[in-house]
Amino acid sequence: MAGKIRIVVAKPGLDGHDRGAKIIARALRDAGMEVIYTGLHQTPEQIVETAIQEDADAIGISILSGAHMTLVPRIMELLRANGAEDVLVVVGGTIPQDDADELRKQGIAAVFGPGAATGEIVDFLQGAVPA
Amino acid sequence: MATTEDPPTGSGTDRWRRELYDAKPERQGELFSTISGVENEPLYTEENVELDPERDLGLPGVFPFTRGVYPSMYRGRLWTMRQFAGFGTAEETNERFRYLLEHGQTGLSTAFDMPTLMGYDSDHARSLGEVGREGVAIDSLDDMLTLFEGIPLESVSTSMTINSPAAMLLAFYACVGERQGVPLAELRGTVQTDILKEYIAQKEWIFPPEPSMRLVVDMIEWCAREMPLMHPVSISGYHIREAGSTAAQELAFTLADGFAYVEACVERGLDVDDFAPRLSFFFNAHLDFFEEIAKYRAARRIWATQLREHYGAKDPRSWLMRFHTQTAGVSLTAQQPEVNLIRTAIEALAAVLGGTQSLHTNSFDEALALPTEHAVRLALRTQQVIAHETGVVNTIDPLGGSYYVEHLTGELERQAYDYFERIEKLGGVIPAIKENFFQREIAEASFRYQHEVEQRQRVVVGVNRYQVEEETPLELLRIDPALERKQVERVQALRARRDSAAVESALAELKRAAGGDTNLMEPIMAASRAYVTMGEMCDALRDVWGVWRETPVF
Repeated sequence: MAGKIRIVVAKPGLDGHDRGAKIIARALRDAGMEVIYTGLHQTPEQIVETAIQEDADAIGISILSGAHMTLVPRIMELLRANGAEDVLVVVGGTIPQDDADELRKQGIAAVFGPGAATGEIVDFLQGAVPA
Repeated sequence: MATTEDPPTGSGTDRWRRELYDAKPERQGELFSTISGVENEPLYTEENVELDPERDLGLPGVFPFTRGVYPSMYRGRLWTMRQFAGFGTAEETNERFRYLLEHGQTGLSTAFDMPTLMGYDSDHARSLGEVGREGVAIDSLDDMLTLFEGIPLESVSTSMTINSPAAMLLAFYACVGERQGVPLAELRGTVQTDILKEYIAQKEWIFPPEPSMRLVVDMIEWCAREMPLMHPVSISGYHIREAGSTAAQELAFTLADGFAYVEACVERGLDVDDFAPRLSFFFNAHLDFFEEIAKYRAARRIWATQLREHYGAKDPRSWLMRFHTQTAGVSLTAQQPEVNLIRTAIEALAAVLGGTQSLHTNSFDEALALPTEHAVRLALRTQQVIAHETGVVNTIDPLGGSYYVEHLTGELERQAYDYFERIEKLGGVIPAIKENFFQREIAEASFRYQHEVEQRQRVVVGVNRYQVEEETPLELLRIDPALERKQVERVQALRARRDSAAVESALAELKRAAGGDTNLMEPIMAASRAYVTMGEMCDALRDVWGVWRETPVF
């Protein structure tokens, strides 16, 4: 098991757009990662709790509800509060450029927009998560 | 079948294929199947189409309506150009509604925000950051009155994309009518109300399937009596397709949902002809042009046949599948977004050639944000060009009789019947939902397509071919975060000023009724008039019915 990246694919917020999250979850699993998919409508508290319980290396947040500037910073805050700031966080969804820049400033490792190839995301995670 | 002379090359397609077609190599790399994976032959001739024109096609307005539901189609009346709109609070959306009506739109279509769709008021903890973001926030009758201020309800038809709390929003709308002095019987429009596709694809649910279905049947029954011009359900394939399904899955799952509603109403004791004429449908218009046209034609034929033969409907209006179409949001790209104008135009043309009754064209900036006014106007202009400049409206079902389109219509119909059989074997739509059958089928199709794109077997212009380095960022619609605070204050002020005794008693009555089996629309109307909020009504029902949780699969 050693060396396998453990990642929580999370859907915060109220929107039900899960096509992207499911495609990514499957592509990451096919690339040899341990994937925990939270399902829909998760609160930031639920997501962080899952990440800690599952001892995840990374969280992949999929959000298309427009609430990313509220929910993503909240997840970062909770990770810090729980001493889990070493968990790598990436975000995917419809995130306008300015918001993406702001999220990166807050410590998000990468923001993937619509049309991002799954291979690109796999490569990024394999490069960014310490072996 | 029409007879044609033998082609000069010999005795039929086989020989043509062998001697002429196969003599030159095909292009390699890209797939020739439809975007849904249906195999295509290089050529279709009369040999591929087994068709009895009277049985399989009919004439426009004649069973089985393959060629269209009305005798005159667009020569009688064009489709309704209905752009979906909603953002911020009721005030902002009211302004956008008036803008669209001024620019020649002929019907309204309301997008609600995520908290409203999920049955939370704007001041609920779960609503934080989501109020007014993806649609308009409507908490109570008070907001609904603002939404339709200055818009006389007797002169517009209004569509509302709302499902779990559909009964509450319908009641708010009816109450606006009462205030404006418009009799309920004159209110026109459509409430989406299609809860089954929420479990299957869109995932904006509140209650478990069984009480949700009861609420749907309550609405259908109540509308049949009180609001006969309202379509109480719009059975929707749109979201199934957006979730990544194929065209055949969209067709099959939507019709299966339709049959499930018919069966639930019949079980309630309603006569099929008392409600079926008011059932309406909502489909996606994706990029595979002919496949989409075939899908609409197959849908009409299956619905008419099943309603007449299987459900025993005698009123010809019960056999008609009338539908709204929206171009495929999922086909839009964030890369080179202006190209989306072209995609949308082609999709809209398919919807029109497929005989849609109303149409929403997406705006080119929607892979990035909610659309700006400029983008929305271009989207509406796309429909106007199709309607007035291209000539495609001059003759009905112009592709009827095309070997390819007729073949594809038959093929999609066959695939739909295969699915009906599989769903039946699982015990029907609700048991199939509980087994994640639909969710798995869709996830599989969506993954296959993504894989094909990544292998470049499917070209997406600007995404995996013809990319450009830098693009000037578009001017996007930004939702002012202050609107959320304004809406939260608005609902809290309402709670402070309304008659709280009336609210309590209306909620108690709603709970009592929810525990029994009488129609819930009257208690919901009474609660609406007392300014009970949508979230409070949903909470009352959550207490009685519980909530739905999905086992996530991928």
